[in-house]
Amino acid sequence: MTVAANSSEEAVKRGAFSSRTVFILAAIGSAVGLGNIWRFPYVAYENGGGAFLIPYLVALLTAGLPFLLMDYGLGHRFRGSAPLSFARLRRGTEFLGWWQVAICFLIAIYYAAVIAWALRYTFFSVDQAWGEDPETYFFGDFLQAGDIEVSTDVVAGVLVPLVIVWLAVLVVMALGVQRGIGITSLFFIPVLVVAFVVLVIQALTLDGASFGLDALFSPDWGALTEPGVWAAAYGQIFFSLSIGFGIMITYASYVDRRTDMTGSGMVVGFSNSGFELLAGIGVFAALGFMAQAQGVAVDAVASDGIGLAFIAFPTLISEAPGGALIGVLFFGSLVIAGLTSLISVIEVVISAVRDKFEMTRVGASLAVGGPAAVLSLLLFSTTSGIYVLDTLDHFINQFGILVVAVVSMLVVAWGARALRMLAAHHNLTGSLQLGRTWFALVSVITPVALTYVLVDAFVADVKDAYEGYPGWLLGTFGWGAAAAVVVVGVLASLLPWRSQTPMDIAVPKVEEEIR
Amino acid sequence: MSADAVLLMIVAMAVLWGGLVVAIIRLNRHEPSAPDEVHRDL
Repeated sequence: MTVAANSSEEAVKRGAFSSRTVFILAAIGSAVGLGNIWRFPYVAYENGGGAFLIPYLVALLTAGLPFLLMDYGLGHRFRGSAPLSFARLRRGTEFLGWWQVAICFLIAIYYAAVIAWALRYTFFSVDQAWGEDPETYFFGDFLQAGDIEVSTDVVAGVLVPLVIVWLAVLVVMALGVQRGIGITSLFFIPVLVVAFVVLVIQALTLDGASFGLDALFSPDWGALTEPGVWAAAYGQIFFSLSIGFGIMITYASYVDRRTDMTGSGMVVGFSNSGFELLAGIGVFAALGFMAQAQGVAVDAVASDGIGLAFIAFPTLISEAPGGALIGVLFFGSLVIAGLTSLISVIEVVISAVRDKFEMTRVGASLAVGGPAAVLSLLLFSTTSGIYVLDTLDHFINQFGILVVAVVSMLVVAWGARALRMLAAHHNLTGSLQLGRTWFALVSVITPVALTYVLVDAFVADVKDAYEGYPGWLLGTFGWGAAAAVVVVGVLASLLPWRSQTPMDIAVPKVEEEIR
Repeated sequence: MSADAVLLMIVAMAVLWGGLVVAIIRLNRHEPSAPDEVHRDL
């Protein structure tokens, strides 16, 4: 059978994006998530303001894009989910793929909860349901957060939107790669960009917007001598680009073999960073208004994450002219950015299950999405959801994604010595030719930079209990979860592949695949 | 806004948004968009 015939058969069986544009939009949808909107602006502000642009760009060019191209190379060359691609690279490395799959499963179950909150807040924005005290409303009235314990007391106000989010995700996943993920991205990414541009324009018209922008962009050149600032830049780029935990491997496996993957990677990387800049301008223009309205410095109102989205923004929505519009655009953008990222995260798991067990698209979507939804509802629609979510998010990011990324990079570069082969594969069709610089960045610079970030985070978490949470919570949903994903990865890799799943795709010369 | 802040905001826009425009142009010059191929996954 010819290679072309194999490709067509594979596209019908596994699914594929219908064009390069659909793939790029899906990859942008994955990369642009909650972190772009609520993390980047504060990280930039805290780490040198305008001067942060330098380490940020260096991190993008020396770590983010090179790592992204490694992920693309693995998926595009070996035509499989993360476990299958690693297994085809070198049989003994399959556990890395399952480690990534387990991480994605855990991320999906809590990420859905944050999207559910944002969905609810989109409607709250219309009449500013949080009243005079958004903080008390969020923790007390909305989440009904009680003592730090694992509770079974369900909060209906969280349960209902969470069910809606999971139903939407299950429908998209069951529709498949092109009809589900592809069409969703084709529609939602342009909507997200337009909504956010309108939000930024609205924010820029507020009194005091320039104070916020001044705070964000005023350079502190002295910050460039601090290692922590450089670590923050590498951490931001790494967490923002959806690299190192299987998403880009999976998506690249659905792309036509003749596609220019290096050129596509550049578009995805710059789109992600370009959106972060847009978010920074919008968020800090709005914070500048709030600071001026309250007669305080921007420093007093600047925050990130849940605090920025569910406490600071509701406060300014209540104070700003046209606040309801700002609220709907802001929370609507969070919902869209979150959904397209959640879809990519859960696809890593579904794709791996399909490849390993030869399941149908609908069957695998239900087999993965069903239990994920149930766990998500059990853990995060209760009065203890916020504590479990915060712990799981912190530890899975720091000691799940970061560790597996460093390990997989070292294994690919030094264990399997596959960089030359991946570069040759990219160079056949890529507009950007990869060579020694890329080898050095992927095998030395990026692992060193990410290891520094990792050690820094490890020392901080060993020294002080994260957020002062009790040991049992950190042990179970923090360190325990980070260890469990490794164990699951190893155990899953011990299961045999179906005899119909070929492992020898690495054998044909890459030139033949392109013809 | 201070002059430094304005300058760095413009530089950031030029580098990141300009970089995106250049990346899109390079990609399209190297490989023009092909018509969609419809696939289904079983």
